[in-house]
Amino acid sequence: MDKLIAEYADKLPKRILDDMKDYLAKKGGSINQAKLKKILDNTLEEYKNAKIQAGESVGVISAESIGEPGTQMTLNTFHFAGVAEMNVTLGLPRIIEVLDGRKGLQTPAMEIYLKTPYSKGKDIKEFALAIKETKLNHIALEFSISLIDSEIEVKLDKEKMKNLSLTNSNVASSITKQLKGFSVKDNKDSIILKSRSKEESLNDVYKAKEKIKDIHIKGIKEIHQVLPLKRNDEYLIMTAGSNLSEVLQLEGVDAHRTTTNNIFEIQEVLGIEAAREAIIKEVFKVIENQGFNVDIRHIMLVADTMCVSGSIKGITRYGVVSEKASALARASFETPIKHIINAALIGEVDQLNSVVENVMLNQAIPTGTGVPDLITKPKE
Amino acid sequence: MTEAYLNSKFIGTVDDPNSFVAKVRDERRAGSIVSNLNIYHNKKSDEIFIETSKGRARRPLIVVKEGQPLLTEKHLKQLEKNEIVWSDLVKQGVIEYLDAAEEENTLVAFFEKDITPEHTHLEITPLGMFGLTTSLVPYGNFNQSTRVNAGSKNQKQALGLYASNYSVRMDMDVNLLHYPQAPIVNSIMHGISDYENHPAGQNIVVAVMSYKGYNMEDAIILNKASIERGFGRSTYYRPSISEELRYSGGLIDQVSVPDKDVKGYKSERDYRFLEQDGIIYPEAQVAEGDVVIGKTSPPRFLSSLEEYNLAAGTRRESSVAMKHGEKGVVDFVLLTENEEGNRLVQVRLRDERIPEIGDKFTSRHGQKGVVGLIVPESDMPFSVSGIVPDLIFSPHGIPSRMTISHLLEILGGKVGALSGRQVNGTTFDAEPEEKLREELKSAGFRENGVETFYNGITGEIMEAKIFVGSMYYLKLKHLVANKIHSRARGPIQLLTRQPTEGRAKEGGLRLGEMEKDTFVAHGASLLLKERFDSDKTIVPICENCGLIAIKDDYKNKSYCPVCGENVEINDVEISYAFKLILDEFKSLGIYQKLQLENKY
Repeated sequence: MDKLIAEYADKLPKRILDDMKDYLAKKGGSINQAKLKKILDNTLEEYKNAKIQAGESVGVISAESIGEPGTQMTLNTFHFAGVAEMNVTLGLPRIIEVLDGRKGLQTPAMEIYLKTPYSKGKDIKEFALAIKETKLNHIALEFSISLIDSEIEVKLDKEKMKNLSLTNSNVASSITKQLKGFSVKDNKDSIILKSRSKEESLNDVYKAKEKIKDIHIKGIKEIHQVLPLKRNDEYLIMTAGSNLSEVLQLEGVDAHRTTTNNIFEIQEVLGIEAAREAIIKEVFKVIENQGFNVDIRHIMLVADTMCVSGSIKGITRYGVVSEKASALARASFETPIKHIINAALIGEVDQLNSVVENVMLNQAIPTGTGVPDLITKPKE
Repeated sequence: MTEAYLNSKFIGTVDDPNSFVAKVRDERRAGSIVSNLNIYHNKKSDEIFIETSKGRARRPLIVVKEGQPLLTEKHLKQLEKNEIVWSDLVKQGVIEYLDAAEEENTLVAFFEKDITPEHTHLEITPLGMFGLTTSLVPYGNFNQSTRVNAGSKNQKQALGLYASNYSVRMDMDVNLLHYPQAPIVNSIMHGISDYENHPAGQNIVVAVMSYKGYNMEDAIILNKASIERGFGRSTYYRPSISEELRYSGGLIDQVSVPDKDVKGYKSERDYRFLEQDGIIYPEAQVAEGDVVIGKTSPPRFLSSLEEYNLAAGTRRESSVAMKHGEKGVVDFVLLTENEEGNRLVQVRLRDERIPEIGDKFTSRHGQKGVVGLIVPESDMPFSVSGIVPDLIFSPHGIPSRMTISHLLEILGGKVGALSGRQVNGTTFDAEPEEKLREELKSAGFRENGVETFYNGITGEIMEAKIFVGSMYYLKLKHLVANKIHSRARGPIQLLTRQPTEGRAKEGGLRLGEMEKDTFVAHGASLLLKERFDSDKTIVPICENCGLIAIKDDYKNKSYCPVCGENVEINDVEISYAFKLILDEFKSLGIYQKLQLENKY
């Protein structure tokens, strides 16, 4: 059986053959040779039919296929997705965000899957709370400056600290680690910071007061909110804010399934192939969510163009468009003068290999019926 | 202590705001304080605002005291006898005008029966919440607000008798409906606004059904015989204006039949309607290109020409002629002077506009549509009683828009037509549907307004009963005759050599960027090239330097301005727009070298 399948190795993609093998193995593994041959032949036929003709304008078709439903999409930016008050950008703004390759997302979010026993709900609240970032600001009641001693007094919220199982010494040590030049004194209900250098001006103390509000006390940076929830008999944690690399290192986190909606983080941590997959998933999710039906291959093509170079390039004049080979094609899309001048400075040669350039010159474009060419014998 | 403000300026404090405000209001009603003063007590911030400034929208309401409206039967009788008028009621303090702020302190009852001791005012009529045109929508309270708005918007575009002195006016772009009628289903606003003396529509028989699919997508079917009887006929008026302008040096335009040696002389035929004074005569039937006002202007740049050019005295042709696709009859000729004392010639053209496919019609309920087909009367469906509809309206327009008023008007119109009276369809105060149904029944018709119909072509009885009745229809000012446009060849722009844009310039219809993309998506490469051929040019290129060479047809030789004559020069076909961008590159100091390749 394997031998027969192996015969098709160069005709059919490995994925299809592997799937077939897996399926057969699941069904018991034995099959009539003639039957298998017939299945393989039919598959090959289907595969050939599914292939795209040379000269088909896949790019334009993808653009139209994604763009057309885009015109009908509701423009409401925010949507309450999930069980509780988790606020995630959806709709057209999210698609634009992904395809533009924007780094600062409007609503970064993560879905943290857990290993047993956490996924069964054990200590789920504690686990979630441990991830959530706590800044000094969150546990302080009041920041006050004593003008005479140029001291900063931070009154602490004991109740909150108890919930987070923090002690004064925890907090004090965090401050010492992250703030240089101040001595930290534990004063039971508050923490007193005093500048070590004597000539600290009041202005500097004031600046320091603002600075210490952001001191990281506990949890993972950038995770602003956590929301444990149950989905299909399994507990997981949704977060507002994203920090993939640190979350993945946590004990008890299922690193195989945990994701973020920040594509750049995925690229950094998991590589460009994962980023491509993430782009497809994110865009497709929105389109599906709005009730439109776009073939996933269109989105795959867009994701491919964004990722071919090895890093994520947005569909903008700074991203993929700036990589185009033709100076005229680049000039035809936003900031023409910049491209013309730069092309002139280095003496670029436009080979007129793509669509826009040829439309500009009023020549037949090299797609569809413009592809076939007459081959003549070279001159003797 | 309550602070009091007069026209937003602090004027003092009041100890007991409630009695103060009440007293001011009483004084105003009594007439000892001006009636255009409004007082508002903001109970939250405990401030009193008194306003007498201009620019506040105010509306009249009937004053209610101790649960009793001040307007009594006595007043109504006096009004009927013309013993008192509206302003007397205001003077008596029966009716007062409130601004938006004072309204906050009131509780207004909609109807008299709703009044409780807490109410301070009574609405004169619920119709007061609408504007003039919106009040003209019959049965408006049965509709969604958007449809009532659409209905009132449509009425503003309807053709009618726009001004009774139209015959001596020179209005630009106006229409006049030929046989306007007063609506059968009307509202009190029709009476108040004297609508019946300047109506804007006609009562016609409407059947709600489909007809061979020609009334899809809001289209309507018209009965050809109805049109021939005068339905929807209108006249379109448009003046041509020309002025004898004065130029420096005492020169002046001259309205006259241009001489043949005038620069830009059209042709003798074009001037054939002009009389000796250079102006067309009334009732002349003119068409495209015919000159309406003959005029010549003095030559341009006179001073520079005089010295060198012998033919300096040649005047320029500057007549007013009929534009492309225009036709009409000269209706009225007017000779006057304008403010600067220049002689002014105005010629008004008239053109009869008989309804045709594409003209826009509407009922008063935002149910506008375009004529999709004009059917001979013999092919129109007819009812048992022999009624042939003037118009067929598609039922698909009803469910999604929910214009119940449209259906009620058909019913009301039917009752009105049968019993020879007008039906009151005032919003919130209309004759009830039940009453209409009863009356229809007693007239011998089905109470729900449907009738058995026969197919006008085959004579077969129709399975479904057809809802039919009389209704007021309006012809809207969007006539195809003013909009129709097509082009195969025509004028091009000087700079780009691409076709001009717009109907007025007989322009082409642009195949834009996104349309281009569809060609690309289909791989129709060569068709795309052909579509963009409108500005193609043949340009000689020097193979040596790659710049545009010169082709001298006179001497029959080509040469390159850079490399001279002994180089190979080849013709290349490019778009003129690309030639322009090459020129622009050159002007920027960019050397755009074209490397030619043999294509085959």
